[in-house]
Amino acid sequence: MPGVIEARDLTKTFGAVTAVDHVSFEVREGEIFGFLGPNGAGKTTTTRMLTGVVPMDGGSVRIFGHDIRKEPVDAKQRFGVVPETSNAYVDLTAWQNLMLMGELYGLERDRADRRSRDLLETLGLYERRDQKVQGYSKGMKQRLILAMALLHEPELLFLDEPTSGLDVQSTQMILAMLRALNADGTTIFLTTHNMEEANRLCDRVGIIRGGRIVAIDAPERLKTAIDRVHRIEVSFDGEVSGDLLSGLAGITGAARTGDKWQITAENQDTAIRSLVAFSRDRGAAILTLNTLAPSLDEVFLRLTGEERP
Amino acid sequence: MNPAGTSEQVRRAWAIAKKDIRIYYSKGPVLIFGIFMPVFLFLAFFMGGRQLPLAFLLSGLMGMTLFFTSTAVSPAIFPWEGQAKTLERLAACPITIEAIVLGDMIASILFGIGVTAVTLLIALALGLPLLHGIALGSAVLLAAVCFSAIGMLLAAPPTNVPSNIMMLSSLLKFPLVFISGIFVPLEQMPEWGLYLAVCSPLTYFTDLVRYSFTGAHYFPVPLDIAALCLFTLVFTAATMHLHRRSMPRRM
Repeated sequence: MPGVIEARDLTKTFGAVTAVDHVSFEVREGEIFGFLGPNGAGKTTTTRMLTGVVPMDGGSVRIFGHDIRKEPVDAKQRFGVVPETSNAYVDLTAWQNLMLMGELYGLERDRADRRSRDLLETLGLYERRDQKVQGYSKGMKQRLILAMALLHEPELLFLDEPTSGLDVQSTQMILAMLRALNADGTTIFLTTHNMEEANRLCDRVGIIRGGRIVAIDAPERLKTAIDRVHRIEVSFDGEVSGDLLSGLAGITGAARTGDKWQITAENQDTAIRSLVAFSRDRGAAILTLNTLAPSLDEVFLRLTGEERP
Repeated sequence: MNPAGTSEQVRRAWAIAKKDIRIYYSKGPVLIFGIFMPVFLFLAFFMGGRQLPLAFLLSGLMGMTLFFTSTAVSPAIFPWEGQAKTLERLAACPITIEAIVLGDMIASILFGIGVTAVTLLIALALGLPLLHGIALGSAVLLAAVCFSAIGMLLAAPPTNVPSNIMMLSSLLKFPLVFISGIFVPLEQMPEWGLYLAVCSPLTYFTDLVRYSFTGAHYFPVPLDIAALCLFTLVFTAATMHLHRRSMPRRM
């Protein structure tokens, strides 16, 4: 089955600078795809090309099979966009902004009214619907932008740093809504700096650096893939010998830290099985067992070549 | 529903026009360049002691009003929207660039026609006889489209600074007013002035307005209409073409 987004050799140059350099990836139906990268890596430029806002210098983008260059209207009809900077009309009220979106997406007035009311209620803006947007806080503007993007019930949603600089209430509201949308089948393309957000939300992440994709995979697989040597933290309810632990299959070393053992292993799966068997054979119950995979933050820093501050 | 179909795109262009009417009609620069400027220019000439008949002056005022109002809204919309990033929102919506331009032109046309209608009422209230109503109506409609296309054309340079466009706009509009037979009748113009006058669409519109009120005209009426049609087609096509090229550079 073809992907919802199919980007092939996507390229964009600004003068002598290649901002996006032959980027290719596919986003599958129903997934949340995180697009990560340091500042200036090409995330926003890529998103703008995917959404048809800026033309590409090379490559191709297909959205639900529609070429964004040849059939831009058909492609855009099927997605919604939440940009990084709020771009609602500040001289209009929230309701007028939504009605405008309804007309631009060809919605019947009844449906636009019903959807607007539901979305504004869900996002806590219904009581302020007749107020001009220029009086809104940043969080309220961002929630309105989300409502505008969702009005026509798109099958695909692009979000560029949707929670950047928002208060906790707005952030939680937006994240909860994204989860609910995804559960209902909406495919989500999420550009974010927030590793924790990407780790918790995304089925797969793509990491871009210097305009090139350096990794695409599920967050957990990326975490385990970057370290050849895995670390496991284990504690028992009795004394055990470090030498015995080091000699177990799959385990290359064991070091005591307080009441726990830090195990290094080449194969995490074999090591855990060995520890469980060891516990059963020696009658030493396992109290805690944690795999210490690197965080997505560490994966990001490693893959983008940046140092932890 | 075929979102890319012509009828659907025209509907969406109308949505753009409604948005423009709500937001931009009351903006300061639009009121200054669209309404106050032609009124003060007219008053300056009216009270300047020149012995020109009222019918001539009011016809000129109508011509000038439509020209200034129809070119007041359209040049500023793209730079304003580029600056506010709302243009990026429109670019991500299922609407073609041509439909966005058409929507802006419709808002401009309606603004021009609305304010010109007030001038017409003033002229009628002052006792000016309307001899050729259909000719006047057709001329106003045609010229409003033509002038709004000129306005959009002025907004084609991909700058997001409205004052730059307003400056460019004034640079073109004021000389056009003086060479188009509004304050100086074409009959009294020197030969070089006439060469310039035939290049201005405002000349043909003013000539048609004078014909509608006084029955007198400099060019044959069919030529006035044909010239306005030609200018409208050329400016509209040029506007669509240039905005298609320049819009991505505003993002």
